[in-house]
Amino acid sequence: MYVYDDFDAAFVKARVAQFRDQVNRRLSGELTEEQFKPLRLMNGVYLQLHGYMLRVAIPYGVLNSAQMRMLAHVARRYDRGYGHFTTRQNIQYNWPKLVEIPDLLDDLARVEMHAIQTSGNCIRNTTADPFAGAAADEFVDPRPYAEIIRQWSSLHPEFSFLPRKFKVAITGATVDRAAIKVHDIGLKALRGADGEVGFEVFVGGGQGRTPMIAKKVRDFLPEEDLLSYLEAILRVYNLHGRRDNKYKARIKILVHETGTEELKAEIEAEWERIREGALKLPKADVARIAAFFAPAGLAERPDAASKLATERASDAGFDAWVSRNVVAHKVEGYGIATISLKAVGEIPGDASAEQMEAVADLAERFGHDDIRVTHEQNLVLPHVGLDDLKAVYDALVEAGLASANAGLISDIIACPGLDYCALANTRSIPIATRIAERFADAERQRLIGDMKIKISGCINACGHHHVGHIGILGVEKKGQEFYQITLGGSAGDETSIGAVAGRGFSEDAVIDAVEGLVDFYLTERRDAGETFLQTYRRLGPEPFKGVLYGAQ
Amino acid sequence: MKSITANRLKDGEAVWLDARGAWVTDARRAAVFRSDDEAAAMLETVSRQADVVVEPYAIDVTVEAGTMVPVRLRERIRARGPTVRTDLGPQAALAAVAA
Ligand code: HEM
Ligand code: SF4
Repeated sequence: MYVYDDFDAAFVKARVAQFRDQVNRRLSGELTEEQFKPLRLMNGVYLQLHGYMLRVAIPYGVLNSAQMRMLAHVARRYDRGYGHFTTRQNIQYNWPKLVEIPDLLDDLARVEMHAIQTSGNCIRNTTADPFAGAAADEFVDPRPYAEIIRQWSSLHPEFSFLPRKFKVAITGATVDRAAIKVHDIGLKALRGADGEVGFEVFVGGGQGRTPMIAKKVRDFLPEEDLLSYLEAILRVYNLHGRRDNKYKARIKILVHETGTEELKAEIEAEWERIREGALKLPKADVARIAAFFAPAGLAERPDAASKLATERASDAGFDAWVSRNVVAHKVEGYGIATISLKAVGEIPGDASAEQMEAVADLAERFGHDDIRVTHEQNLVLPHVGLDDLKAVYDALVEAGLASANAGLISDIIACPGLDYCALANTRSIPIATRIAERFADAERQRLIGDMKIKISGCINACGHHHVGHIGILGVEKKGQEFYQITLGGSAGDETSIGAVAGRGFSEDAVIDAVEGLVDFYLTERRDAGETFLQTYRRLGPEPFKGVLYGAQ
Repeated sequence: MKSITANRLKDGEAVWLDARGAWVTDARRAAVFRSDDEAAAMLETVSRQADVVVEPYAIDVTVEAGTMVPVRLRERIRARGPTVRTDLGPQAALAAVAA
């Protein structure tokens, strides 16, 4: 992984010292809250219902075991023993004390971590395919480019006060595991005819109150032009993005109101002006960054597959876990293991300090010191020898992390909702846990197959409900919590925005409603290979609405 | 009826103004103002305590069995803690007392 150079290290340290001074001045009353709030937000410190919330950046979702251990230390020393991994591949702490946050940040800096640009109207953490560098379907490892974007966008003076926040996602594989089309900029790294790297570029996707799918503006942007092109997009957005209305300030609205072709022409014009300038990426620099992400040096494991087969045959629980949570690695004899943070009854994305340490140990012993955070709020060990999977699984069982439900109905995304979030209309976590409990039977989950349920506690859509096969949005009506269902959304390939099915349900009723939809799907599907989403797309919304509201 | 709440500056904890004008972490001890004007006047006063609390505001409350209960779910959750982690927040201390 990328290692800080002297500049990075000195910079982060200086930034913590600066924030420490700002905190002291706030505590002494020298700074008012009005003056202090933008300063704390620039350092990832929010104020939520029960206290401060700190969002720590995990660049493109990549951690080593020392960093994971530090996250555990932070949870134990400064928080209440746990942290929440988010859909933005970051981690949030719910209970830090303002007076202690400077010390906390100093501790994080020791393992090259920080909370800069995790809030505010700047370019946020670039998210990436969590299987980067490991996936069998990958053409280009996106991590070096995510790192290059990180370096370019960190404290970019021109883009520190954009009309609104700005999110970039990147993948380099056939299957889109980074939801690139619901980001302000989505990048898909490709190989050209001669093996050279280029990018398919999408602009103007987003969720929130006005969900939109990004529009393609480039089929193949040459590698050397990556930063100049991004700069051109950002510059056009910075100039023309709507600062008059925060609900219309994202680039998706600009794309929508201006029209893709016209905006693209503006971007290209700006790009022509700057493409031969300082941002041109020299091959040597790309190679220098890429060297940090060199393949893990995975030795051949000729007998691994047969050992795995024997172990699977003798342990049904392990077998089920491998079939759901392990996928093919680009190197034979290895697998990519998803560690589900969705045990039935637990809070999606939460991990205790002990669990974080258990994962750190496993990464060190069996996983080439590499851990990923997924936008589905799970963790991943991207390089595990097939003959080590059993040992990994046994340790995960011990740590309460062995749920064999990756991609199944209980693998639910849920935002913090009204249990923590100051902007929430309703709770979302209890809906997630109750649905998971309703479908707790592992056999039934496997029968249902691939299913993505995503829940947000308000229209900001942090829980990605717009792209859930079944999305659930909390709305408040006369002081009561109600839940609206959307159907047919999908992130990744064939991205689609779910359609609202109709009026909302009470907390109890929404659990039944989901079950009704699932049961209907099971009776209607052509065969066990047709997923809920496919059946929905084939039949259209009406019959599913009929299940929810009766024949109209 | 109203009470006044805020988050404590130094640690972020949810606090309520009690009858003596102190900020307390136990919502049941919050002062209840019968008139909106009285609450507004008090809010005006405490809004000047910028180095103690952050963004104080008034909430609608009722009184049940002699103690304040917030009207909105949001404020009930602030007063007790997350409904999904009853081992955390003020409710944890209450449970410990009850046990
Ligand atoms: C608890 C504190 C949080 C606050 C105050 C907050 C606030 C917001 C707001 C205001 C938006 C709407 C932005 C817009 O439409 O312009 C938003 C969007 C979003 N947030 Fe959060 N959020 C919080 C937590 C989270 C968490 C925990 C996650 C990850 C699980 C997350 C991920 C996202 C995502 C993915 C979006 C939608 C993508 C987009 O920006 O279009 N947020 N958030
Ligand atoms: S969707 Fe709404 S309730 Fe959920 S975390 Fe985002 S802002 Fe809070």
